[in-house]
Amino acid sequence: MITAGIDIGSLTAKCALMRDGELIAYKVIKVSPNLEETARKVFQETLKAAGIKEEEVEKIIATGYGRNKVGFADKRVTEISCHAKGALYFIPTTRTVVDIGGQDSKVIAIENGKVAEFVMNDKCAAGTGRFLEVMAAALNLKVEELGEVAEKAKRATKISSTCTVFAESEVISHLASGEKVEDIVAGIHEAIASRIAAMARRVKIEPDIVLTGGVAKNRAMKKALEKEFGMEIKTPPEPQIVGAVGAALFA
Amino acid sequence: MTLKKLRASDKMKQIMAGYYMMGNQAEVNGWVTSGAPVELLYAMDIYPVYPENHGALIGAAKQGPYFSDFAEKRGFSRDLCSYARCDIGCVYAGTSPIGGLPKPTFLFACNNICNTVVKWYQVLSRIFKVPLFVLDTPFVRKELKESYVKYVHDQLYEFVDFLEKVTGRELSDSKLRETILNSIKGVNAYSEVLRMARHKPSPLTCFDAFINMAPIVCLRGTEYPIQFYAEMKEELEERVRKGEGAVDNEEIRLLWDNIPVWYRLKWFAEFFAERNACLVADTYTNAWTGFVSMDKSDIFWSMAETYTFIYLNIGLEHMAEAINRLIDFYDVDGVVIHSNRSCKPYSFGQYELQKMINAPSVVIEADMVDSRAFSEAQVETRLEAFLEMLR
Repeated sequence: MITAGIDIGSLTAKCALMRDGELIAYKVIKVSPNLEETARKVFQETLKAAGIKEEEVEKIIATGYGRNKVGFADKRVTEISCHAKGALYFIPTTRTVVDIGGQDSKVIAIENGKVAEFVMNDKCAAGTGRFLEVMAAALNLKVEELGEVAEKAKRATKISSTCTVFAESEVISHLASGEKVEDIVAGIHEAIASRIAAMARRVKIEPDIVLTGGVAKNRAMKKALEKEFGMEIKTPPEPQIVGAVGAALFA
Repeated sequence: MTLKKLRASDKMKQIMAGYYMMGNQAEVNGWVTSGAPVELLYAMDIYPVYPENHGALIGAAKQGPYFSDFAEKRGFSRDLCSYARCDIGCVYAGTSPIGGLPKPTFLFACNNICNTVVKWYQVLSRIFKVPLFVLDTPFVRKELKESYVKYVHDQLYEFVDFLEKVTGRELSDSKLRETILNSIKGVNAYSEVLRMARHKPSPLTCFDAFINMAPIVCLRGTEYPIQFYAEMKEELEERVRKGEGAVDNEEIRLLWDNIPVWYRLKWFAEFFAERNACLVADTYTNAWTGFVSMDKSDIFWSMAETYTFIYLNIGLEHMAEAINRLIDFYDVDGVVIHSNRSCKPYSFGQYELQKMINAPSVVIEADMVDSRAFSEAQVETRLEAFLEMLR
């Protein structure tokens, strides 16, 4: 049986195609304001990549904040359940999932292969991908470059504000006072990591901890989180599609 | 999706319309906080005005941001309680969805629900140039000490002096006993209504409880709640006899914590009903069901005890105990915790409470009246994920 999982996030849309529980193709595209259209597009592109016709797909499951806008889906499941299932698919020993998405971040505790508890960030951009984007813009860097730049740092500049807006002006004043860009970037990573760790402590954290979402590609972020948790963190080969894979498995 | 409606709700609207009309004719009225010993007022034929109930009404009318703005423009912070902001806002606006509240003769704030009421009523006192009485109830961290009760007890006598001076009337002991008896009967009738949710499926949701709570808050001590809740109970018994639940195919039973999100009551009710989940009970309406003791020899002592040991004036261990009692009594599968931007004493410690209670829970962030603090997509995802987790 072929199933599709479509994950419509705030920044990117992901689609995963699975045949009998095995991943056969996936795609990640940028989200456009029309979510239904975005979902169609990412689905078609994935079908094309797999060389599969639409009729061959038996079930389509939508997830992510745009899940209710995917009219052609057979079922909708929240990203919490999907990230847990997807993480277990890639790393069966997963007990804790940390997902840093574009507009929210979440920590999920897994027991006996099921979601036992979860927490999400409050109504605030701190500790999300958006925080990194805003900081990258303030430093005139691309968000993809942040990890690399941070790794060059000798020390991390302390960013004391957790608020995205205040942290942005703090970063600008650090720049003005001559702090090195790489040190500031390292400080930004630490700020997010401490914010996420504070949230994560509300649930039971057990190894293995798996980091998912686009931010997981950033090695400096992974390191900063490991330092905060005092534990090794694993990342799946394609951290961005974990939610989509989980969705496809919910068919 | 059509929600099942209780006939009682129409009756409630009539009673409350009557209550508000009474206010315009009352010779003497006092603005009081929701947890104040209103029995003393009714016993002296003083009409109690409830700014908090008025706030809930403004929230339900989706007018929160509009009236709040009148206060914010005068410098009141958006971090302040939205009941307070709306109340003060309506005073400045000179109107409200019900044409404003009648001008107070005096003000009576009891800080057993929060300390915002103290400053809020001081502001009102300056605006209206009327006297204010603050009943100070010590916070009960561990046990209810005799010294606390004595302190409140003495203030109750001072309050009677205050009332007699302001109104020129005298408090009659027999009238007070009669009022308190009515109060106990009303509270019991109300408790019995709430307890009907113990049935499976539950004949009522916490939304029914929220909608129909105004009489026990505003008319406690009069005959109205006694009769109203007896009738409401009959209607619920009818549902139980027919095996009819408030929600079709009740699969998941939940408990709500904190003040309702008034401007989204219908949205929440539909959200859960569509997913075969029933919020059978809540900590908010249950706060009006407790009379610790009513020792007939010293009713002032009983009142002092009752009004000091109320849900928002007790330590976390007591709160967790109360929640666990409800979890157990109503046999719920989970708890939905509203972290209410407005109500600090109610929302403080909720993440600690999560660890102390005997059921899985989820926290959602919102505000009781200010819809600007509500994000539909965020709340929806948390609640859906929670239901997925419980299934």
